Amino acid sequence: MKYIIAVIQPHRLDAVRQALADLGVQGLTVSEVRGFGRQKGQTEIYRGAEYKIQYVPKVKLEIAVSASMADAVVGAIGEGARTGRIGDGKVFVLPLEGAMRVRTGEMGADAL
Amino acid sequence: MIDAGNTAWLITATALVLFMTLPGLALFYGGLVRAENLLSVLMQCFTIASLVSVLWLVAGYSLTFSGDGVWIGDLSKMLLRVPRDAVSGTIPETVFFMFQMTFAIITPALIVGAFVERMRFGAVVLFSALWLFLVYVPVAHWIWGGGWLAELGVMDFAGGLVVHLTAGVSALLLAVVLGPRAGFPHDVKPPHAPWMTMTGACMLWVGWFGFNAGSALSAGADAGMAMTVTHISAATATLVWIVIEAVKFGKPSMVGAVTGAIAGLASITPASGYVGPGAALVIGLVGGSLCYVMVMVIKHRFGIDDSLDVLAVHGIGGALGIVLTAIFADATLGGIGLAEGRTIGGQALIQLTGLVAVLIWSVAVSFIIIKVVQAIAGLRVSPEIEEQGLDLSIHGERGYNM
Repeated sequence: MKYIIAVIQPHRLDAVRQALADLGVQGLTVSEVRGFGRQKGQTEIYRGAEYKIQYVPKVKLEIAVSASMADAVVGAIGEGARTGRIGDGKVFVLPLEGAMRVRTGEMGADAL
Repeated sequence: MIDAGNTAWLITATALVLFMTLPGLALFYGGLVRAENLLSVLMQCFTIASLVSVLWLVAGYSLTFSGDGVWIGDLSKMLLRVPRDAVSGTIPETVFFMFQMTFAIITPALIVGAFVERMRFGAVVLFSALWLFLVYVPVAHWIWGGGWLAELGVMDFAGGLVVHLTAGVSALLLAVVLGPRAGFPHDVKPPHAPWMTMTGACMLWVGWFGFNAGSALSAGADAGMAMTVTHISAATATLVWIVIEAVKFGKPSMVGAVTGAIAGLASITPASGYVGPGAALVIGLVGGSLCYVMVMVIKHRFGIDDSLDVLAVHGIGGALGIVLTAIFADATLGGIGLAEGRTIGGQALIQLTGLVAVLIWSVAVSFIIIKVVQAIAGLRVSPEIEEQGLDLSIHGERGYNM
């Protein structure tokens, strides 16, 4: 099993969700986060004054999938999230040691 | 003799002007600070409104509007000791008392914009109380209460000097003594809720109809024209800011547009009862442009953290309106006409005399008040409290429990 964490542009979330649904992904967790990468924040202007925004709003997705699906999921996220501009985000893939479905008590890949 | 129509309009106008402060100005300012200081701004405006109301009843009204002193009124109407059916012009004196109270409320509340995010609550209360009696009340008496500037012939219809200049210059001085917010100018947090600022600005705009058209103290042609020019000036100055930002940054901002509206409203205020709609276009155009430039000059050239631009928007707008009133009040330019035998130049000199007198008085007396408050209560919160935000550390609440 793999645990996939993706940090993407908030406005690409719907496109990514659609791409993952098309792939048959059964569920994912989304949180609103802030951070910076090479983009190094951004500048906003209010009443002519520049404000440095150090942490830019992003959306973080967490998805647990079987190892065989991992590459396809990473590809789908990239496809949905990519705008070609700086700040599109990153995808990380981690090994996942265990899982349990709380309602039934199923363990391992059956729980996904 | 009480006129029912006039009375009905003035009661309405009084409600409109109170609505400018509660919640208009509070929301306008509240949206511009960071989220951890929202409640402190709302609380300061709310507290000042209540405090001034009581002080106005106790002696503020009497010292402003009774007696025939040149410098200050007398104490004959302390606690509003007038007969129930007392008349002021064509409206009940109680209504005049309430209408003027709402002006006395919003003026010190305007100053909040200079010291947001860093002033001690006790110092805010003490400063506002002293400032009401020592700056607002004398100046209001000089110009509206039959004092020396009224006798001189200063034309300040709804408070370019009495409200906007007194608040603007006192605000700047307080900002200087208090010092800038931590991180100013490049690392302060941006406005936390521009939508809230827009909402507050709209309440101010609508409330300003009561402020300017109510200052006619009657429900007739003067009120109608005051309302018209007020609206046109606000709309024009809004467009000015939108154009400037669109050209300069490529992005016209919401915060900029509503700030332009307030600049246009402040600029037309002293002129609103004296000029015509053509003049309102010019006053909105010049007021909007000048206030924009002054925001840059004060914050960036001078490096003064008048945080929400009280002087640049209110003080400068009000002062400009005072000067332009001398020109556009002339009958040949669509105004109601200057006093008999008086030229535009002559009126301009009178306007400038009033402007300089109010400026000097506000600066000198505010400085003394600030020093007294500093000695008694201390002006500034500790760096720890400033970093944590005033809401939780001073008021024990959060603006957003999410």
